[in-house]
Amino acid sequence: MATSTRQSCLKYLLHLAQDNLDFRLPEIKSLLALRGKPFHYSGNFQEKTPFWCLDELSEEDVRGVMARSVCAKSAFELWGHGKTHSELKTSLLKYPTENMSPFMCKDSTYRINVYTFNKTLEFEDRIKRIDSMDYLPFEGTVNLKSPQHIFCLLEDYGTDPNDIPEHPNYIYFGRWIADGQRELIRSHSVKNRHFIGNTSMDAGLSFIMANHAKVNKNDLVFDPFVGTGSLLVACSHFRAYVCGTDIDYNTIHGRGRSSRKNKTWRGPDENIRANLRQYGTEDMYIDVMVSDASKHVWREAALFDAIITDPPYGIRESTRRTGSHKDVIKPQDAIYEESHVPVTQAYHLSDIFTDLLNFSAHHLVLGGRLVYWLPVYRPEYCVEMVPLKPMSSGSSATVSRRSPAIPHAA
Amino acid sequence: MKLLTHNMLTSHVKGVTKGYPLLIKATEVKVNEVDFNPQFVSRMIPKLEWSALVQAADELGHRQDLPVELVPEYEKNEEFLKKVHRVLLEVEVIEGCLRCPESGREFPISRGIPNMLLNDDEV
Repeated sequence: MATSTRQSCLKYLLHLAQDNLDFRLPEIKSLLALRGKPFHYSGNFQEKTPFWCLDELSEEDVRGVMARSVCAKSAFELWGHGKTHSELKTSLLKYPTENMSPFMCKDSTYRINVYTFNKTLEFEDRIKRIDSMDYLPFEGTVNLKSPQHIFCLLEDYGTDPNDIPEHPNYIYFGRWIADGQRELIRSHSVKNRHFIGNTSMDAGLSFIMANHAKVNKNDLVFDPFVGTGSLLVACSHFRAYVCGTDIDYNTIHGRGRSSRKNKTWRGPDENIRANLRQYGTEDMYIDVMVSDASKHVWREAALFDAIITDPPYGIRESTRRTGSHKDVIKPQDAIYEESHVPVTQAYHLSDIFTDLLNFSAHHLVLGGRLVYWLPVYRPEYCVEMVPLKPMSSGSSATVSRRSPAIPHAA
Repeated sequence: MKLLTHNMLTSHVKGVTKGYPLLIKATEVKVNEVDFNPQFVSRMIPKLEWSALVQAADELGHRQDLPVELVPEYEKNEEFLKKVHRVLLEVEVIEGCLRCPESGREFPISRGIPNMLLNDDEV
């Protein structure tokens, strides 16, 4: 009984990347929510630091989160921690032997890594750190290349590169469990993507948005301002089926001028479907259409599990919708040409968001999320500025918001 | 355009009250193989307008023997799910148009992509 109580009280250490600081907590919370787990930290929680201690989780939960997270670099089963090495030692010696021994037994192989944040240690110093851990009952053999178990000593020297302390502020020791998905940022970089536009969303941010939206396997996800489909690429990677619309005929059909340097025109197969094909997720492609987000074409039903989008703000990408202020003379014979470009008028930013919220309230499934970018002017920004929409009866869609892409009128 | 998309589309022409389902006039239809995923198909079936799907599949000559009424316990019926999968995700209209049942307005489909934009006088 005692063992099982201890086992269930294991703590886990997350090592997070020090960028997109504001997006990390919503990402980890969303990924835990996907597994029906709460975000429960242990000790005093500081959001902006690279190390977070979580509890009330199983190793399976942690692996699940790491299989999706682009904000977290690695996760460890925390064996001990402290402000100094002697505190760490005390803490480690208190850690139940029965939790340690399965990973330290005679015929196992292991390696110990030393990781320092905000300081670089000399090779000899790293060895010294490892040697000083000799109070731990390691019985296995060291194997640097392919060990069965990896342990890590992590030293936190604060976040100010201009004021690096002599001794670490905090030290952790644990068993490595899994790495996050930082690799996706490189493998899905828009630099090497088949089809891009001037404002294609960065790969890392696209994956973060998909995580914030709790996009899950077998979901149906919609992007009403799809552009070149960067957000669909991210959602399809997580095995969601994807569709999108855009008012721009040339973008949807992959026609017109290329956004690449040294290349004038787009090639014959530059489109969203080809992008998904490039990453092996063409099976997740449903459709894209030429359509105006202000006059949507979907029947009234809770069709989508998530709506995830990067609306135009009128700075780098113009905001247009169909319609004209002028009196229109109806053409005599209504012939609808396939490539006809209708007259468009300005689509005000506040209208874009109102339409988006209204649309989402009617078309998201219960608990489905809308994730979008809201441009704000940083110095004046406060949460109250985020547009709210009371959800229609029966639907309790969560509107998740993301702050600043571009400061408006900066 | 896949029939899953068609099933979710409605006419948005100004003044139209009965714009569903859109009629399909296809001049080119293609069948693209897509990995069969029974969980996804089962998830989508309750969201579908079943009769509209059967009618659309019939118009394109890909109805197979899909019944007019949805079968009970379809989640366990793999053979049935495979047929629905084919109709929802594999049959694609490449060239043709969608026609609003009330106003008669046609929305062209080219290279598999519907153009749902309205003209200035229709919005």
